[in-house]
Amino acid sequence: MMSEPLLFIENLHKSFGKLEVLKGVDLTMNASDVVSIIGSSGSGKTTMLRCVNLLEEFHEGRILIDGEEIGYTLKNGKRQRLPKAQIARHRALTGMVFQTFNLFPHLTALKNVTLGLIKVRKMKKDEAAEVARHWLSRVGLLDRQDHYPGQLSGGQQQRVAIARAIAMNPKLMLFDEVTSALDPELVNEVLNVIKDLASDGMTMLIVTHEMRFAFDVSTKVIFMNEGRIGEQGPPAELFNNPKSKRLAEFIQNSTF
Amino acid sequence: MDYRLNFDAVWRSFDLLLSGLALGLGLAIVSIFIGSLIGLIAAFAMLSKNKLWRGIAVAYVTAIRNTPILVLIFFTFFALPQLGVRLGKIESFVFTLTIYSGAYLTEVFRGGLIAIPPGLREAGLAVGLTEWGAQRWVIIPVMIRNVLPALSNNFISLFKDTSLAAAIAVPELTFYARQINVNSFRVIESWTVASLMYVFACYIIAAGLRLVERKLAIP
Repeated sequence: MMSEPLLFIENLHKSFGKLEVLKGVDLTMNASDVVSIIGSSGSGKTTMLRCVNLLEEFHEGRILIDGEEIGYTLKNGKRQRLPKAQIARHRALTGMVFQTFNLFPHLTALKNVTLGLIKVRKMKKDEAAEVARHWLSRVGLLDRQDHYPGQLSGGQQQRVAIARAIAMNPKLMLFDEVTSALDPELVNEVLNVIKDLASDGMTMLIVTHEMRFAFDVSTKVIFMNEGRIGEQGPPAELFNNPKSKRLAEFIQNSTF
Repeated sequence: MDYRLNFDAVWRSFDLLLSGLALGLGLAIVSIFIGSLIGLIAAFAMLSKNKLWRGIAVAYVTAIRNTPILVLIFFTFFALPQLGVRLGKIESFVFTLTIYSGAYLTEVFRGGLIAIPPGLREAGLAVGLTEWGAQRWVIIPVMIRNVLPALSNNFISLFKDTSLAAAIAVPELTFYARQINVNSFRVIESWTVASLMYVFACYIIAAGLRLVERKLAIP
């Protein structure tokens, strides 16, 4: 029996007003896949990721996580967005890491991680703290557990954000240009954490401008171009033998 | 000028002044607590997509902020009973001060909510919180900490505004100061002591609130 794909996206369409940003995207990911999405600004990479996290509404198409359709349902033949509580539950199937970290500024690193565990997963405080410490130690920040976001460097904040997302035990991790807001010397500490998680078998969908990283970490790379998937394939193939002129140009203009 | 200062009458009634001060403080505390709740709800209403909610909130804030508080006090105390709403003078005053502070706090909270980066709400949602959960556990706590200095200022203003309760014979500090003045003719003494009591009280409250602000400030 073929196992269900972990993420299945079919014919995804999304517009902002009259501007169509996603023009029919299809994507299948299996468990433990690491898929990187590359492409120029405005190509729809981030929007696609946000659709998977249901932070954006989409107007056509379906997204299934582990076989379950998320966000929308058909009622009397009409497509409807699910009620908020359902959306929240579906959203928790994925963990999202943002470009701008978005840590909760009034909470310590530890409490940033435990908030979701306590309020959403309904864990007891001690249990949540234990899980949080495990992940903070995985991202190398156990000694910073009592620091507030404002007392951490950008790279440290982003590592806390990764711990916060992954501690919720999502089926799929989403990374949205997570190193774009970082000083160059802080980029690697974050990328190394992600690589480390990938080697654990975590399923990840990564929007990135770090080509070297995408090359190293991915099982598959997707090149988005004007709201569609332009090309996809194993990193070596895609980077070394781009089929389209658009991708060849993009690669040439990117720094490795 | 042949006025000899004599504080005897004031000292004899000093316990009344103190009880008046305590009452004023109590009135201000109750008002700012309930007013904060009203302000929070009205601030969310103002920012909501629902036109009706927004309209109600704007009407409330506009009406209250453009009416002198003394008029509001008189309206609640003298006019409302004519309409069948009869409140005791203390209840009437607390009601007025609450409604009044609610309108000002609406603006404070609205500003605070607007200043929160939208990514924070999304981060809350992304860990699986519901819309309300993200507000309850992330947005509101961060916003309150950010507006704490404005909240402190509002509280001190409210405390001073409790002196207006004397106009409807609520026995707070100003009321007793006037009583001592009238009974003893010690005009300068009674108003000097009352003024100093307000100054000291405000100074101490401000210092206390600054401590709280510092303790709750986001590092």
